Amino acid sequence: MKQTSRIISTYTADTMGVASALFEFGGMTVMHDASGCNSTYNTHDEPRWYDFDSMVYISALTETEAVMGDDEKLITDIVSAADDLSPRFIAIAGTPIPMMAGTDLKSIARVIENRTGIPSFGFQTNGMHSYIDGAAEAFLGLAQRFVKADSSKTDSLSVNILGLTPLDFSINSTADSIKSILTENGIKIVSSWAMGSELSAIENSAAAHVNLVLSQCSVKAAVYMQQNFDIPYVVGVPIGKSFSEKIINDIKTAADKNKSIISFNDRSTQNADIAIIGEGVCSASLAKAISLETGKNVKVICPLTVEKAFLQSGDSVAFSEEDIEAQVGNIKYVIADPMYKPICGKKSKFISLPHEAFSGRIYRKDIPDLVSGFDFSILNS
Amino acid sequence: MLKKINGNEDDSGAAVEISKANFPSPFYSGLEYAAPARGTWNIVHTGFLLPEAHEIFVCAEGCLRGVVLTAAEMGASERFSTISICENNILDGDMEDLIVDGVADILNKLPYKPKAVLVYTSCVHHFIGCDLPLVYKRLKEKYKDIDFADCYMNPIMRRSGLTPDMLMRSRLYSLLKEHPQNKKSINIIGNDFATDKNSELVKIIKKNGFSLQEIQSCKTYSDYQKMAESSLNITYQAAANPGANELQKRLNQKHLYLPLSFDYQKITDNYNLLCDELKIDRCDFKFEIESCEKALNNLKLKIGDTPVAIDYTATFKPLELALLLIKHGINVERIYVDSFSDEEKSAFAELQKISPDLKIIATVNVKMRFLQRKTDSKYLAVGQKAAYFTGSNNFVNIVECGGYYGFSGIIEICNLMLDAFEYEKDAKSLISVKGLGCGCSL
Repeated sequence: MKQTSRIISTYTADTMGVASALFEFGGMTVMHDASGCNSTYNTHDEPRWYDFDSMVYISALTETEAVMGDDEKLITDIVSAADDLSPRFIAIAGTPIPMMAGTDLKSIARVIENRTGIPSFGFQTNGMHSYIDGAAEAFLGLAQRFVKADSSKTDSLSVNILGLTPLDFSINSTADSIKSILTENGIKIVSSWAMGSELSAIENSAAAHVNLVLSQCSVKAAVYMQQNFDIPYVVGVPIGKSFSEKIINDIKTAADKNKSIISFNDRSTQNADIAIIGEGVCSASLAKAISLETGKNVKVICPLTVEKAFLQSGDSVAFSEEDIEAQVGNIKYVIADPMYKPICGKKSKFISLPHEAFSGRIYRKDIPDLVSGFDFSILNS
Repeated sequence: MLKKINGNEDDSGAAVEISKANFPSPFYSGLEYAAPARGTWNIVHTGFLLPEAHEIFVCAEGCLRGVVLTAAEMGASERFSTISICENNILDGDMEDLIVDGVADILNKLPYKPKAVLVYTSCVHHFIGCDLPLVYKRLKEKYKDIDFADCYMNPIMRRSGLTPDMLMRSRLYSLLKEHPQNKKSINIIGNDFATDKNSELVKIIKKNGFSLQEIQSCKTYSDYQKMAESSLNITYQAAANPGANELQKRLNQKHLYLPLSFDYQKITDNYNLLCDELKIDRCDFKFEIESCEKALNNLKLKIGDTPVAIDYTATFKPLELALLLIKHGINVERIYVDSFSDEEKSAFAELQKISPDLKIIATVNVKMRFLQRKTDSKYLAVGQKAAYFTGSNNFVNIVECGGYYGFSGIIEICNLMLDAFEYEKDAKSLISVKGLGCGCSL
């Protein structure tokens, strides 16, 4: 049955994806929820919570407010909090009950913006989709609202890093390694969406020559910026030496020819005896890196929203426990979050690659620096 | 981030002297912040107290995430499964089928057969009017050898009748089946922690030839069912009372409420009530009260004027505890609490008189994200939230009073405070662990 999971985890939801994407930019994110979203988010989805004072709150919706359609309480509470805290922007993200009640969060955001003068967003999330969808809407909202079209291009080659959240990259050295690879190759970083930059850097994003898309959740923003600011994008995570070199070259090509490039789209899955279960861009990047480093073909099993163009024939999209279980079968190697291990075949060699958006903080200390820390030699045994 | 008023952070609306505080709601209820103190148990932890049971949660993925990972962090994934709700289930009106078919699918896939299944439905089911009686009827017809408990994860109902916490503490005992009663058998129910065996409550029961059952000591489902033999259920936290009242009606087990207290007279009254109920001689607690006095005076001697903060997660009665400590010269400066229990009304009134400057500080107010979380000098915190908000590593790491009760409970709290005063702990790592005492794989 597609909607049951005997034992595996579930991915971070869209509501929390919004909060994660906007966490570092000085805004206030309000999850319109009774209770539970806040503790789930700050315990399992947000490794920055303890040490980084970001304004993420819940509305503490009650039964009476939901039944009576009392949106004014939500509006008043947000306006009051904004008056106390002066956020740079306000984002409201929905959960199941507001969805059922038909709460119009976009209109509520407009009312709040009128009352406070603070840019406000309403995201119609409902807790029934993954973080990919929520973060994608949040990044798109940032691009539409804050990126200034009149920024002058930097003199030297530059990029915006898009889709860099702890949900996909945790809080180890991966973010720094990605930035180092770029700067060591003479590529300037204009902004990082969404770790390590302030909102002013986001506003200046149109100064970059290329957008580097690190995860599916930033694709909508990248496409928007291509269409509106004429910034091409390159899709791929620089994993391993050879694939990192390819991405650097692709960034240069994208800037020179003003065309977008999917850096891993020439993969082959033929006779693949390795499967990766995970987020589309990360998994396809790792698959390509493995292929370049070891000569082996890899298939990707994506349990999340992903662009068709990112997958090859032989890859698959599988959302349910039973579909994923059927897909991995007894393939020789399975690379996945440890919480997938119970449904992988006993004959498969399981290679653990924890993913914060799936297993939360449980295996955080085991999450490698994806850029330099993946041990390709393990696939030769 | 916060505005400054006269050079100080503006804590208005998030903190108030007790003399100016309203009872029972000292603060406006608006947007809420969640401090990263995770030691209190949730409904997953509590449900796992039922031996040989499997938990199945039916909700949207966003709601499932927290409970799936609660189970995983306590190493109990094998006892936990989920059914996710999609938009179409709400629109199509097939929710009852989804639950019944989903539970059946999971049971078919499990490598073991649970004795009981706790099925947790959510806010969504309440709002769409899901026919839960039909669901459980169909499940019981289909699986005659498995007991099903209707459990709830519906936080939206937290201000509409029974809270989810009360419901969970009730549903946990809902599978007890009628059994001939044993007059010499007594249960203490509704707590996450077993009652400290050194408490007078346990000693009085056992010393007088009664057997005592708590769910924490049940190793098997059949041990749990033996709790139905008891003639008396004792509770000592208000959230446990609806469950005990339900058992009184359904199984004719008498309910005796002996509320946890830090007041000598109330504790004595509780024990007198117990002795009368058991038809045994009342006890003299002169020695126990003297021992409490010694412990409190010793605590004062050792910690001097060190400021103390108490939070509501450490004990059901933070005001009573503060009152007791203040009466013994201990410098309680802050209580972290968002609302007061009706049972603390007299302690509140007395504190207003004898310690009018005592600060009552919210934990969920939006400003708590930014109010300074450090103090100029050493602070002794009782409870994880007090530790977090004061930035103190000198803290007592307990939730729900840790099973301590009565006079011995007071002495134990004094000992824990003394230990916390003398030895620092790593607050960040300790308070981040979910469900204190449940086991943690982090």
